[in-house]
Amino acid sequence: MHIVVCIKQVPDSAQIRVHPVTNTIMRQGVPAIVNPYDLFSLEEALRLKDEFGGRVTVLCMGPPQAEAALRKAISFGADDAILVTDRAFAGSDTLATSFALASAIRKIQEDMPVDIVFAGKQTIDGDTAQVGPGIAKRMDLQLLTYVSKIVDLDLDKREITLHRRAEGGVQVLQTKLPCLITMLEGSNEMRFATMPNMFRAARYPLKQWDKDAAGIEDVAKIGLKGSPTIVSKVFAPQPKSQRAEIIDCESREPKDLAVTLLAKLFTRYPNLAEEIGKANA
Amino acid sequence: MSETTEQKKPAGRRKFELDPRLASYKGVWVFVEHERGVAHPVSWELMGEGRKLADKLGVPLAGVVMGAPGIQTRRFCQEAFHYGADLCYLMEDPLLGDYRNQPFTKGLTDLVNAYEPEILLLGATTLGRDLAGSVATTLQTGLTADCTELNIDMENRSLAATRPTFGGSLLCTIVTLNYRPQMATVRPRVMGMPKKDETRSGSITEHPLGMIETDIVTKVIEYIPDNLAGKPQLPFADIIVAGGRGMKRPENFQLIWDLAKVLGAEVGATRPVVQAGWVDLERQVGQSGKTVRPKLYIAAGISGAIQHRVGMEGSDVIIAINSDPNAPIFDFATYGIVGNAMQILPALTDAFRQQLATAKVAV
Repeated sequence: MHIVVCIKQVPDSAQIRVHPVTNTIMRQGVPAIVNPYDLFSLEEALRLKDEFGGRVTVLCMGPPQAEAALRKAISFGADDAILVTDRAFAGSDTLATSFALASAIRKIQEDMPVDIVFAGKQTIDGDTAQVGPGIAKRMDLQLLTYVSKIVDLDLDKREITLHRRAEGGVQVLQTKLPCLITMLEGSNEMRFATMPNMFRAARYPLKQWDKDAAGIEDVAKIGLKGSPTIVSKVFAPQPKSQRAEIIDCESREPKDLAVTLLAKLFTRYPNLAEEIGKANA
Repeated sequence: MSETTEQKKPAGRRKFELDPRLASYKGVWVFVEHERGVAHPVSWELMGEGRKLADKLGVPLAGVVMGAPGIQTRRFCQEAFHYGADLCYLMEDPLLGDYRNQPFTKGLTDLVNAYEPEILLLGATTLGRDLAGSVATTLQTGLTADCTELNIDMENRSLAATRPTFGGSLLCTIVTLNYRPQMATVRPRVMGMPKKDETRSGSITEHPLGMIETDIVTKVIEYIPDNLAGKPQLPFADIIVAGGRGMKRPENFQLIWDLAKVLGAEVGATRPVVQAGWVDLERQVGQSGKTVRPKLYIAAGISGAIQHRVGMEGSDVIIAINSDPNAPIFDFATYGIVGNAMQILPALTDAFRQQLATAKVAV
């Protein structure tokens, strides 16, 4: 069995700061990490490999420094890693990204057919959740998003049964390989990197593919040209026209503050008292 | 400035001329999502928003209803009219009884190709995101996820879709100038619910799916409904008391629970607090959690970072308690108390308890 896992290197969004004057992102010193949602998919792929054997190839599109994300994946136990990197990809939106990744996966298939592709549910920087479905559509793979559990995999029948999170419940689905799966967060827990795998990751001769190596001929489908969406404006959120009315009383005793606040609140919003009464009933 | 100007350049360089074949695309569509006989409220929230866009463009607003044949599915068309649609595209087929990516993608793609809308909106739910990504890729058009604001850029009649970016630190406006339809998803509760007008009606256009079961690879073996008993329902709560990192210690979160109990409120939290394991993930409010629109939102020890703000700024009244007078939450709260939440929360709990007791006596 051959599994491809698509991962992305992202800035740790918890640590991003915006420059207060220029409203630009301050990238300096923000650590790059593997998109946390991708790790649930990588772990699930490794578990399938543990149970059924085969190979796990990790694939990442990004700038050259994204190789750190791939080495991390090798340290967890992935077998092969490919970085698709080319200046021509700059400015790609989700449609162009799914085109490039689908081309690369087709190229990978030339050496060894792919049974399952995993992708992250979404990334923490773009948050679109569109690249996984895009790859599936382009490669005509069965799409299974928000998977919480893989119940059964029958490689002879090429059949997979799994739980998919829907809005009001869980769908138990059965489908055929090849398919594309995005795992739900919390569905598993990433293993620890073993010492031998860490050594292997450090020494691993990472493959770097440019657009030609990834089998991309039509440059109109990648980068800015291949991206129908255009960012027309980036801006900092505007404060509301009115700032909060600060409750301040001279004594500044918590009790006085609370009583003053409630008096103001129920004078201006008389309906609220009724709402609270209802919620209490 | 570099980042901002860099981002702006591409739009300036590109041609705004729409392919003549795509220029004929007219109208705003809202995909009506439903499951187990109930329409997802996000469909009607989008219908309200779609109405505004359609009016600005001077074009009709349509609902798209796909489902198993029957009165139930047709009822969603009537509901769509009540919430503002002028017409509905209806696709009835037994194969559409449960959501599956393959038939829904084919069905919606076929409808778009047949009736050519300029804008297509879907809810950013597990279903909507699964479907929107597949349909946009099939149609090779632009899709903007999780928008917090939709508008029309009258200069070129394009959809200006605003969403948080860079992990929510900034907002960006995204346009799709040269492709149609312009697609966008919006998360539940981000837009308000429009008023229902049961006198409204409209026309229904039916269109066949044109598939047989053996065409569809994925089978639904079972559907296990969630057991909602005891689960928090933050998106539809009327009162929420939420805490952030400023609560300092997990034990202090009890003060949030105490106030919530007196108010009959749900408890919410910011991402750092959820990540620290103080409360369940289901209580996370913000960009990566739930979007809420309560009548009253009390935020204690929450700085008001944009990640959190986008999830709760639709609240009617916001009371913020924070020790930092410069915390961004005071920029958009209704009332602010600068002080120690650990002292003010118990005082608020007492004050509300007394207020409620007095109200009961008065009744």
